[in-house]
Amino acid sequence: MQPVISISQLTKTYASGLQALKQVDLDIRRGEIFALLGPNGAGKTTLIGIVCGIVRATSGSVHVDGHDIVRDYRAARALIGLVPQELHTDMFETVWGTVRFSRGLFGRPPDAARLEEVLRALSLWDKRNDRIMALSGGMKRRVLIAKALAHDPQVLFLDEPTAGVDVELRRDMWALVRRLRERGVTVILTTHYIEEAEEMADRIGVINKGELIVVEEKSVLMRKLGRKQLTLHLLEPMQAIPPSLAAWPLTLNAQGSELEYSFDAHEEHAGVPALLRELDRLGIAFKDLQTRQSSLEDIFVSLVSGRR
Amino acid sequence: MNHRGILAIYRFEMARFRRTLWQSLVTPVITTSLYFVVFGGAIGSRISEVDGVAYAAFIVPGLIMLSIFTESLNNASFGIYLPRFTGTIYEVLSAPVSTVEILLGYVGAAATKSVLIGLVILATANLFVSIGVRHPLWMLVFLALTALAFCLFGFILGIWAKGFEQLNFIPMLVVTPLTFLGGAFYSIDMLPAPWNTLSLFNPIVYLISGFRWTFFGTSDVGVHISVAALLVFLLLCVAVVAWVFRTGYRLKS
Repeated sequence: MQPVISISQLTKTYASGLQALKQVDLDIRRGEIFALLGPNGAGKTTLIGIVCGIVRATSGSVHVDGHDIVRDYRAARALIGLVPQELHTDMFETVWGTVRFSRGLFGRPPDAARLEEVLRALSLWDKRNDRIMALSGGMKRRVLIAKALAHDPQVLFLDEPTAGVDVELRRDMWALVRRLRERGVTVILTTHYIEEAEEMADRIGVINKGELIVVEEKSVLMRKLGRKQLTLHLLEPMQAIPPSLAAWPLTLNAQGSELEYSFDAHEEHAGVPALLRELDRLGIAFKDLQTRQSSLEDIFVSLVSGRR
Repeated sequence: MNHRGILAIYRFEMARFRRTLWQSLVTPVITTSLYFVVFGGAIGSRISEVDGVAYAAFIVPGLIMLSIFTESLNNASFGIYLPRFTGTIYEVLSAPVSTVEILLGYVGAAATKSVLIGLVILATANLFVSIGVRHPLWMLVFLALTALAFCLFGFILGIWAKGFEQLNFIPMLVVTPLTFLGGAFYSIDMLPAPWNTLSLFNPIVYLISGFRWTFFGTSDVGVHISVAALLVFLLLCVAVVAWVFRTGYRLKS
């Protein structure tokens, strides 16, 4: 299937000389939830800005559903909804006025019923006649999402959607994203909260210093790059690791009462049973054992710090 | 053509004007009335006629032009500066609207408001002195084109400005003085020797003179030159705006 967004050799150098993107290639699949992770200043917002038409690319090309974003910008942009990172709102406008404006701006015929649906889904219907400046930060965020959805986009960009947002709104937002996906909308989100990507995304891209380091299915990424840890709570503390256990990278913790073994998740079948057999042979008994799989956050940190 | 997009911007801007309708209309009405008291009443009683027109009536076209210049610059520059300042410009830039459509929306709305204010001033002036408009159609054309040109100019200022101070810089420092020196309250023939010639280098002279012609049929300079000057200024502004959008100057990084 043709990707809904196809980014090829995209480079951006700002007038200041800062190279924000370095020859980025990326295909976004139709209907997926794609999470773009990266530290501050990695180029996430620049990448989104170029696809949406706010930032001009230095070189490279972007196609949205086959439409070039420069030559055929009308068709490309009509498919995209953007929720920016900052709370940019027209303070004096009402909620209803601003979503109606957004729909019209994107060339769609007025449709009060559809806008009502969008506002209700975001719990904004009761606030429709309020001026935006009277709303709380979380409500303003909802307004920005409503504006982005007002023209029924096929692709939704959420730039740090849950930064500074309370738990309730975050849960609402996740539910909304899932509903959008059920309707076939492609969602691309950038986030600092890695748990968010872990919870929601089908695929994950990690960007650092303008380079896309990795793009992978979330499950594959976590399997391939994840680490597992086995912790054995020993019956009796141990002074030192016996030499015959040198084949396993072990560490002794908690005054010798815990033996820890970390290993690549995809090699799990290799080490653990043999280790346990060896411990049994040495007569080392344990009262309990624990395994822990590294989170996406651990993977992310190791990926980004590894490139520095 | 995304006509709905144009309409959305136009309506958004007109809604902004409606919210401040009171200030927008009361200010020019009061200012005009004051000018009439000072120039028409106090000074006008000592000047009987200029070019065969009663002085109080003579200053009306200049007063309207003065307001059109400042209102157009203020409204149009603020209209585009505000979304830049608050960041809401992102939405317009990411929407499927062309340069021309964005301009039609913003500048069209600002020009509409300017023309309305011009007509309100004309009506106010009529309370003080009876004014006949000899070429009403030309008067409207002149009014609309001048409003359009200065709204485009204001749009450029709004894109160029880096702060609120700069928004007022050109209107206060350049346009208002040029208007006062441009024959708003006198005929440039009334000036002594070098100044009447120097005045011909002031582009505002041609605009006011042409507009006055539509009222009284008399003018300082040929009406054709006035029309030509107006069109040149209009095209100049269009060219600058086209460049702004092509390069993304201060709009897109």
